[in-house]
Amino acid sequence: MINARVTVTLKNGVLDPQGKAIEGALGALGFDGIGHVRQGKVFDIQIETADRAKAEADLKAMCEKLLANTVIENYTISLA
Amino acid sequence: MKSAVVQLPGLNRDRDMIAAITKISGTAPVTIWQTETEIPDVDLIVIPGGFSYGDYLRCGAIAARMPVMQAIKAKAEAGVKVLGVCNGFQILVEAGLLPGALMRNASLKFVCKEIKLEVVNAETDFTRAYSKGQIIRCPVAHHDGNYFADEETLKSIEGNGQVLFRYAEGTNPNGSINDIAGLINAKGNILGMMPHPENLIEAGHGGSDGRGLIASALEVIAA
Repeated sequence: MINARVTVTLKNGVLDPQGKAIEGALGALGFDGIGHVRQGKVFDIQIETADRAKAEADLKAMCEKLLANTVIENYTISLA
Repeated sequence: MKSAVVQLPGLNRDRDMIAAITKISGTAPVTIWQTETEIPDVDLIVIPGGFSYGDYLRCGAIAARMPVMQAIKAKAEAGVKVLGVCNGFQILVEAGLLPGALMRNASLKFVCKEIKLEVVNAETDFTRAYSKGQIIRCPVAHHDGNYFADEETLKSIEGNGQVLFRYAEGTNPNGSINDIAGLINAKGNILGMMPHPENLIEAGHGGSDGRGLIASALEVIAA
């Protein structure tokens, strides 16, 4: 079994109103020195295989086909 | 002119769309359920609004990858007209049938109100009942209607006259780039728009500015 984590974030230049709201809220809570905040998504996916290369290739296909909208989002894959 | 309305779990504007089509054309559309992989022989397919599959992951993302969308894609490639309203528009961009993406409203709030639309291009199968520059009223109801496209895509859709509707007179409710409210594909047979023309077609709605769009798509002379 392979435990994988996929992180999906907005591309640079894509407006992130949710990140902006979080940024404002952190300031309002009294945290100093907050720069830009960008929010994203994390997917923890278990794959029943020992073949790491295949798992990685499958995860890439999952990102391209469903997990990320590559018009506005980037993704990274890490295997535990 | 035969038409069809797509029904998916979570879509909730299908009945409004069916009623509008039936009233305007005099003929009820057929319905297409999520499991269908063969689309009946129709001239217009409408994907109505709602929250398909709970809008989980991203709005329209799951619906866009269902087999029924592959079948609709094939019909669209063969020249059948497709109209996506609200969630239908989100599904069309997620399916790659229209360029760009629809993001969370800049206000982060769900908006449900009437806005004004400028008809930017009246020379299409969907807008011929209007005239260029005409301002019409139309309701919107969405949380994720903030249209985004990269600079290159924007230049191409603007240059090709693919933007059919813009939010007018300062009524942009969601932060859409260039005030884009509705756009068509390069071939001119797939229209996606956030506003709901089916909800402004008769006196009971308080106006009928949306009627012309559905009448144009159905090739019925507007009443």
